[in-house]
Amino acid sequence: MLQRVYEWVDERLDITPMWRDIADHEVPEHVNPAHHFSAFVYCFGGLTFFITVIQILSGMFLTMYYVPDIVNAYESVRYLQGDVAYGTIVRGMHHWGASLVIVMIFLHTLRVFFTGAYKKPRELNWVVGVLIFFVMLGLGFTGYLLPWDMKAYFATVVGLQIAESVPLVGTLAKTLLAGDPEIIGAQTLTRFFAIHVFFLPGALLGLLAAHFIMIRRQGISGPL
Amino acid sequence: MSDEQNHNVSRRQFLTYTLTGVGGFMAAGIILPMARFAIDPVLQAESEGDMKAVTDVSELTEEPQRFDFSYDQEDAWVTSETTETAYIYQSGDEVVALSSTCTHLGCTVSWATNEEYPDEFFCPCHGGRYEKDGTNIEGTPPTEPLHKYEVEVRDGTVYVGKAEPQV
Repeated sequence: MLQRVYEWVDERLDITPMWRDIADHEVPEHVNPAHHFSAFVYCFGGLTFFITVIQILSGMFLTMYYVPDIVNAYESVRYLQGDVAYGTIVRGMHHWGASLVIVMIFLHTLRVFFTGAYKKPRELNWVVGVLIFFVMLGLGFTGYLLPWDMKAYFATVVGLQIAESVPLVGTLAKTLLAGDPEIIGAQTLTRFFAIHVFFLPGALLGLLAAHFIMIRRQGISGPL
Repeated sequence: MSDEQNHNVSRRQFLTYTLTGVGGFMAAGIILPMARFAIDPVLQAESEGDMKAVTDVSELTEEPQRFDFSYDQEDAWVTSETTETAYIYQSGDEVVALSSTCTHLGCTVSWATNEEYPDEFFCPCHGGRYEKDGTNIEGTPPTEPLHKYEVEVRDGTVYVGKAEPQV
């Protein structure tokens, strides 16, 4: 049945070359855990992406109930976690995934570093990778405030003080992030929400695309 | 390769099936909680329409009277006081409570406020009229009778539930 549908579409649109170009390419022996078990270290990049997909999905669903407003944020999180079916699981996926994605990206970085995969001609991909890492940290920082509980609030107080400690532009950066020179409140929450769900994910998708296109163009680096 | 004759499932097929199966389970494990989470409002057990106390039976007459009653409406994490208006009267042994919302475009009707129609509900917006039992009068805008509240009388107090269409 599926085969027939596929063939019907393929006959008209010739989609086979598209997905073959994306998905159908050989995995070199030194990257294949079936040949050398130690090659599992090459999985961390893919795992990072896998968890990123889960983060995007669970995040989309969380915004069905979440309200980025100082009066309602905490209550809406409590409602979606406590009263909505599977709320604990969906919020849990986003919560634990946020930590796990940092762990995976870190392990991926270690692998790239110790296999020397960042060397010429792949320097640009290393740079893009580091930018992705910073975007991930930004997502973690802005997402942490959203539940608007004591831990979230005071973690952000500290985070903004760190931003403020930057020479020359510190005060500016803090005001820009918090939306107010002194208060961490209504404007901070909406800003962090906008950054968390629109700006950083947009940047992340662009960087990921660049990361993957470069891998396809250059291929996986050779064995040690 | 002589083995192949004894097996109906090739190694490639076996791998395809198992990998698709395992992958399917993983995808389902991710998607199902989120889907159930999203459709929760559809599956929430309908709050068994709490009956709200409105007035004492002794207050009622054969003539419809206006009664405002307030209750706490729970909307997810927001609870707010909501007020509704009903016209309640005694019809023999039965207590009848009609919604004051016009079935034409939702204005508020009132009893006997138009001098030309002293024994009818009248809507000031487009001149909609209803008989005492809520039946809409032919030739006026409303297309169905006024909605009727579930009514319960307990210990001399009138309780109403949800207003339901009469037809």
